[in-house]
Amino acid sequence: MSELVFTGVTVRFGHRTAVDDVSLTVPSGQVVGLVGESGSGKSTLAATAVGLRKPTSGHVRADGKVQMVFQDPYSSLDPRMSIGNSIAEAMPRGTNRKAEVARLLELVNLDPGRAADLPARLSGGQRQRVALARALAGRPKVVIADEITSALDVSVQGAVLNLVRDLQRQLGLSMLFISHNLAVVRYVSDRIAVMKDGRIVEEGPAARVLDHPGHEYTRALLAAAPRRTTRLEAS
Amino acid sequence: MTWVPFARRRALRFVTSLWVLVTAAFLMIHLIPGDPVRESLGLAAPPDLVAARRAALGLDDPLPVQYWHYLSGLFRGEFGTSLVSGTPVASLIGDRLPATVQLAVLAFLVVVVVAVPVGVGMAVLTRGGRRRGGELAFTSSSVVLAAVPEFLLAVGLVSLFAVQLGLFPVAGDDAAGSWVLPVLALAIGPAAVLARIVRVELLSVLGNDYVRTARAKRLPSRLVYVRHALPNAVTATLTLGGMMLAALVAGTVLVENVFAWPGLGSTIVGSIQQKDYPAVQGIVLVYGAGVLLVNLVVDVVLALLDPRSTIREA
Amino acid sequence: MRRLTVLRSPVGAASAVLLVVLVLLAVFAPLLWGDRAAAIDTDAIGQGPSAEHLLGTDQLGRDIFYRVLVATRLTIGLALLATLIGVVTGLVLGSVPAVLPRWAARVVTSAVNIAVAFPGLLLALFFAVIFGTGTTGAVLAIGFAIAPSFARLTQTLTASVSGRDFIAAARVCGVGGFRILTRHVLPNIAEPLVVNATLAAGSALTAFAGLSFLGIGVQAPSYDWGRLLGEGLNRIYVTPAPALGAAVAVVVAGLAFNLFGEAAAAGHRQRTRAVTGETPHPAGEGPHDGLLTVRNLRVTFPGGVEPVRGVSFTVHDGEMIGVVGESGSGKSLTALAVSRLVEHPGTVTADTLAFNGKPLHETKDQELGTRLAMVFQDPTTSFNPTQRIGRQLAEVSEVHQGMSRKAALRKAADRLGAVRIPEPEHRTGQYPHEFSGGMRQRAMIAMGLMGEPQLVIADEPTTALDVTVQQEVLRLLAQIRHDRSAAVLLISHDITVVAQTCDRVLVMYAGRIVEELPTDELFEAARHPYTTALLKAVPDMDTDRDAPLAVIPGRPPEPGEIGPGCPFAPRCPLADEQCRTEEPDLTTLRDGHRVACWKSESELAGVR
Repeated sequence: MSELVFTGVTVRFGHRTAVDDVSLTVPSGQVVGLVGESGSGKSTLAATAVGLRKPTSGHVRADGKVQMVFQDPYSSLDPRMSIGNSIAEAMPRGTNRKAEVARLLELVNLDPGRAADLPARLSGGQRQRVALARALAGRPKVVIADEITSALDVSVQGAVLNLVRDLQRQLGLSMLFISHNLAVVRYVSDRIAVMKDGRIVEEGPAARVLDHPGHEYTRALLAAAPRRTTRLEAS
Repeated sequence: MTWVPFARRRALRFVTSLWVLVTAAFLMIHLIPGDPVRESLGLAAPPDLVAARRAALGLDDPLPVQYWHYLSGLFRGEFGTSLVSGTPVASLIGDRLPATVQLAVLAFLVVVVVAVPVGVGMAVLTRGGRRRGGELAFTSSSVVLAAVPEFLLAVGLVSLFAVQLGLFPVAGDDAAGSWVLPVLALAIGPAAVLARIVRVELLSVLGNDYVRTARAKRLPSRLVYVRHALPNAVTATLTLGGMMLAALVAGTVLVENVFAWPGLGSTIVGSIQQKDYPAVQGIVLVYGAGVLLVNLVVDVVLALLDPRSTIREA
Repeated sequence: MRRLTVLRSPVGAASAVLLVVLVLLAVFAPLLWGDRAAAIDTDAIGQGPSAEHLLGTDQLGRDIFYRVLVATRLTIGLALLATLIGVVTGLVLGSVPAVLPRWAARVVTSAVNIAVAFPGLLLALFFAVIFGTGTTGAVLAIGFAIAPSFARLTQTLTASVSGRDFIAAARVCGVGGFRILTRHVLPNIAEPLVVNATLAAGSALTAFAGLSFLGIGVQAPSYDWGRLLGEGLNRIYVTPAPALGAAVAVVVAGLAFNLFGEAAAAGHRQRTRAVTGETPHPAGEGPHDGLLTVRNLRVTFPGGVEPVRGVSFTVHDGEMIGVVGESGSGKSLTALAVSRLVEHPGTVTADTLAFNGKPLHETKDQELGTRLAMVFQDPTTSFNPTQRIGRQLAEVSEVHQGMSRKAALRKAADRLGAVRIPEPEHRTGQYPHEFSGGMRQRAMIAMGLMGEPQLVIADEPTTALDVTVQQEVLRLLAQIRHDRSAAVLLISHDITVVAQTCDRVLVMYAGRIVEELPTDELFEAARHPYTTALLKAVPDMDTDRDAPLAVIPGRPPEPGEIGPGCPFAPRCPLADEQCRTEEPDLTTLRDGHRVACWKSESELAGVR
């Protein structure tokens, strides 16, 4: 079992409340998509799960290790460290680092021979795969993906999404998948949580939330998501 | 607006800095290894004279009492008494301060009047990697000029224009032309630095999105520069320029010594050599307060020019 | 290899040679000439320069030239020692706040902030009083005078690196604080620290000379350049040579440090900065039809890089056209080129580039300023932060329509109202940072409405905005087109956004248009393998959740990487020999549908 459970989590910065009494469960082996706009508190909530930020009140419980993949692959890899070393750094003690690095690079469809390369020699999509490999190196049960495709080219984004889905299923990971893009969240998630102004306004099975949104804000988000079939006319 | 919290914060910082400065000046005497009075009067001084001086300076009181006396004295405008001349330090400062202020202000005006147009001109000429040769010549000559210490420059100017050519007086502040060389010696280095800063800042501003917006509005390039680029370059330039102005205040010490300028700078060096601590204390305080004042003015001007800086800075 | 880039610039190389010479002198001069510099010659007291004594002799008849050479060791040694003290103290003061309790950290930080405001010379004088005049006092004084600015630098650099995600990632991976400092923070701030230490050494050297000159530095019988200088200055008005030697030495050595530091810093900046430039270039002429006519548009940069390689299209009155492409496809540069905003050193050429039937480069600024409106991607950076919104809108009418300031401001308020910004009069008096992101973008559109726009060019106008706001902005563009029959050129990386709002789509890849077709047909009739792959690879609200997304192997080429052949060939499942060697032209498939592909329509339809 490897749940991730937020219970009554509140985070304040000075007078501003970024996360307001959030309770959310990522069930074992499932993907919970977290949608919301910039400033809604999604990333702050994620930071509490991996210990980057302490909740002002409430608590986060995870069975097993939690790892995180960040939004910007150009900022999330140390430019002065080879990708192999970046991945190896996250491994538990006593691992055969070289073999494990090769295995992980293979797992994310990268040539293991590139372990000695610096991040500068990789494209954005390749960097994001390295970041994924690094997250997996810590043998996590729970992975948090924070806007991992928004910095990527559209033609590359699909490959990363497929990879995330495959790995999640293959390794039975529990995953909190954060994105502002409803179409992307819809594609990867079993459940969907909608966040606004620091609160979760709606949460439920993906199909239910998308087809029968209960909250007004969810309906607004759905209405705003571009669709092939609808045309936007002057209002 | 955010003016009230800004003013409160900035005033608080000024007062704190001033307090730190005053305390540092007060502690200076007590941090000197050994007995400052004996240091100053010499080892041969009779013990009763030393004791009398110590008593006169209040050095025998407990430290907090001395501190209290020092602070309350400052509020009454008293800076103590010179160990060498026996005159009040306050009157010494009163005599010498105007010459230094005049020198610094004049030099600063020269710096601004020369450096800003030169920097802007160079930025316009070399924008987007144009005229690499001109850029190289400008950058290297400004580095060279900035690297020559002001006292060497002063000496060089004296030997060339005063001794060899006899155009200006060698020293003093009596003749009309006696201003020229000290001001130049003080202004050339900072002018070179400021011109470079202005150019670099303006170039970086020209790369901003809002300059592209201004060009997309098809404004005449004069307006693009004057309304959109310059005010934004000024804010960054001012921050660095303020530090430079403060350095210019300190530079007067060296230049005054070359030109025997009757200001605070020539006085403080003599006082340090003669170990006239109350005088040193007083003058350090005046210089320090001058620097703090410069910084305060810069911040206020910055806030007037850039409305965001009242929020950003915290 | 990277470190050696300093040496590649002439300034860097020259200053490096100077530094080596200085070090050699410092090591060997006292061994070689120590005796000659100390030899007292009572027959040659206070002489001027001669063949025997190049720079003359001092009051004891000692040769000044050799004394200058020998003094290199003490001078450089003291300067480096003071720098070392300053840098180490600064590093400690700058990095301890990270480990101290919060209140103590604040005390240290604000102490540093106060100290950094005082010029080095003033601090040095202050410390010279405490430590006493003499060599030790001067070294400590200068060292401590350097410390505050170094502490500040360390703080800012550390803060900027600590904010990057790779530090957070390392923490999430359970890497300890000390290891983060040594493995991640220090390597990433080492370079600027070293550069600044070099600069600090240069100023320590001149500061020492200054203190010695004032008589509170090195004391006899020791001598450094500053002291030799002070001695020489006493008689400079009689013979300049004795002072000259030390003066030149001080200036040259100071310069060597400074120039080396500058060159290293410049190398550092170059690696972290992108190229920008200016100058729109007049483009050619040809037949004119439509509102905006573009034929064979090219944008080139020095070095033969051509991010836009022959783009042709026409925008008719009142039409809404979308340009879709990924980063590096040349879509934004195309937008800038057709609005005459490409900056030096980029060069724009075209067989035809005409707006309203006139060559673009002949169109007056006044006409472009009122007829052509631009909307940029990031509304936060696209407004001048130091000016009120109203002024920024009003100046369009003041400059181009000769309105008075007051009338122009009234019009600005009216236009803000037209884009549905509440309380427009009040809003004109506000600064950009007082607007929300979506409101800023609407204000940007309102700025375009100050004139009578016939064409609105919007470059990724919604990318920086939230989804719900995004839709408002797109609606607004559609409304302008509807109400004023203005044409809109909408540039976007998001094919669904374009599909929803535009009449026609231009798909760009590697600097060319690869397909042009009506949006109605986009999902059914798109033919180019890139377009079809893109449509399948990007999930939207109707994507099948149970099937894997279609994947386009590889990545789009950078402008410098484009060789012969179709640039999509390396990623294309249909590519054959011809595709790899010859680049296809954009050819008309049927009315309103153009494709640049060697494959026949039936072959293309087969892979859909």
